[in-house]
Amino acid sequence: MDPITFEVINIVIVALLAWGIPLQFIPLMIWLERKGAAIIQDRIGPIRANIGGIRLFGFLHNIADVIKLLFKEDVIPNHVYRFYYFLAPFWSMTIALIPLMLVPFAAPITIGENVFRFQVATYQSGILLLFAITGLGVYGIILAAWSSNNKYSLLGGLRSSAQMISYELGMGLSIVAILMTYQDVQIQNIVEAQSGFLKVFGITFPLPNWGMFLQPIAFITFVVAAFAETNRTPFDLAEGEAEIVAGYHTEYSSFKFALFFMAEYANMVVASIVIATLFLGGYQVPFFTTEELRANPQYTLTAMLVLGILTFLILGFLVYKRAKYISVHFPEPLGKKEYFFISYALFVLAILFVILIPVVLNLEYNDLASQIIVAVFQLTMILAKASIFLWLYVHVRWTLPRFRYDQLMNMGWKLMLPISLLNVIITGIVIAL
Amino acid sequence: MFEILFFSFLSVVLIVSSFLVITRVNPISSALYLVIVFLALAGLYGMLSAGFIAAIQILVYAGGILVLIIFVIMIMNLTMQDLLPLKTDYLLLISLSLVILGGSLIPIVLAFSNFFHLRTKEISDGFGSIKEVASILFTKFIFPFEMLSILLLTAIIGALVIAKRKL
Repeated sequence: MDPITFEVINIVIVALLAWGIPLQFIPLMIWLERKGAAIIQDRIGPIRANIGGIRLFGFLHNIADVIKLLFKEDVIPNHVYRFYYFLAPFWSMTIALIPLMLVPFAAPITIGENVFRFQVATYQSGILLLFAITGLGVYGIILAAWSSNNKYSLLGGLRSSAQMISYELGMGLSIVAILMTYQDVQIQNIVEAQSGFLKVFGITFPLPNWGMFLQPIAFITFVVAAFAETNRTPFDLAEGEAEIVAGYHTEYSSFKFALFFMAEYANMVVASIVIATLFLGGYQVPFFTTEELRANPQYTLTAMLVLGILTFLILGFLVYKRAKYISVHFPEPLGKKEYFFISYALFVLAILFVILIPVVLNLEYNDLASQIIVAVFQLTMILAKASIFLWLYVHVRWTLPRFRYDQLMNMGWKLMLPISLLNVIITGIVIAL
Repeated sequence: MFEILFFSFLSVVLIVSSFLVITRVNPISSALYLVIVFLALAGLYGMLSAGFIAAIQILVYAGGILVLIIFVIMIMNLTMQDLLPLKTDYLLLISLSLVILGGSLIPIVLAFSNFFHLRTKEISDGFGSIKEVASILFTKFIFPFEMLSILLLTAIIGALVIAKRKL
């Protein structure tokens, strides 16, 4: 295959992957939001929507939501600026999906003479372009606020766009510290530098070589700024229901509202993946470099299976406990049968994986197979790391109250900015030593 | 072939949206077309292998300055009655632009004649990357860079004095 054709195929495949990940995470995140709220507030959460008694822990509520939003009347007020009113939700969603094109999802694999990259674009100022693109997301909010042509939308839009601009400064300066640490701007090189064990001044620590251990202050400021950038609690001033009706999407109904809703969740997924890439080693498996993993494919597969077994056992145990609890409270069509079935299915899967381990250990692998195994492992790794932050988003939302507006601005300008600047200075001193 | 297509597309987008910036009555429309102008300009920078400048163009102009301009326009609360006398006089616009275009053609023609002896040079490998830009900026042009930072500091202090009234 000649290089240009291969390159085009590579870009198409990885672009579909990078596009699919946030889109597939959106329903999962909506479900996790509701279920997480229920767990934190000691409720059962959504379980009523069912198709013939099958409920899947409330997953079917997403389908019900989508059907409701699609079939609602799409009200377009007479006083809006129509073109911008229609443009705003599409702009938000588009900008939310673009930044993942710059993030590597696995180490590049060689097929014959060609190199298959798991990254759509290797840009020479990668990280700067990533933040440039996420900075364009503010136009969606501004346009929605202005074109709705009413007071409450405008107030909400002004608030949230001012907040996004303010926290971009803290974000940018924490990124400067990261760039100084790794002496590189390209995202794939930053991820490559985070493999193996942590070495500081020649001393090896029993920790993975991640950005969050080298740059703890930058990590904290970046996570806080990411929360502010995605307009989530404790920074969701845009939606302050007590003061303004609903913020910038007051006038939107039906599926245009759903697009804003989805854009928020897509932004969260993208922010989580970017945090994982910069501070948690991206696709790197902790403690092991890519070469070590490729040299021992059977042990890599075994590790994947063991992690899978652990996940299934924990999930199965949780579902089993929940089944016993629910069988007391609900009658039969909404009862225990399904939950017990799912928990036993998970246990059976775990047993299957245990049986697979000796099979896997005795197989022969060629070069390409081992590379593909490692790539799959790394892809699951980056998604697992991003999932930690997605859970953190939900947890923080149901834990912390909302900031007042002046507190928010004071924190952005008088706390985040000086801390990030000090961090840059300290980093410079340490590097110079 | 591919470059030609790409360059033509970006140039057409840039020229058309620049024209729309100065002919729209609604200031928000003008500002948004200006965003498109900056994005197309960033694309052209990228084609000239100046990736750092392209990213900074989007980050600073499209992501920062234009947002502030739109803020100001939104707060002014203009209605259509205020904007009606601002209709474009196309005859004046086109004649003026033709005059300016004619004037700007003179240096271009001179440049391609042997009036200036154009010196060409092969660019280095990392041209346009953040490393090359920084090494030139912080060695050869360090004095203008520092002067610019003092100028910006003065502007910030001035803005603060105007905003605070009582310090």
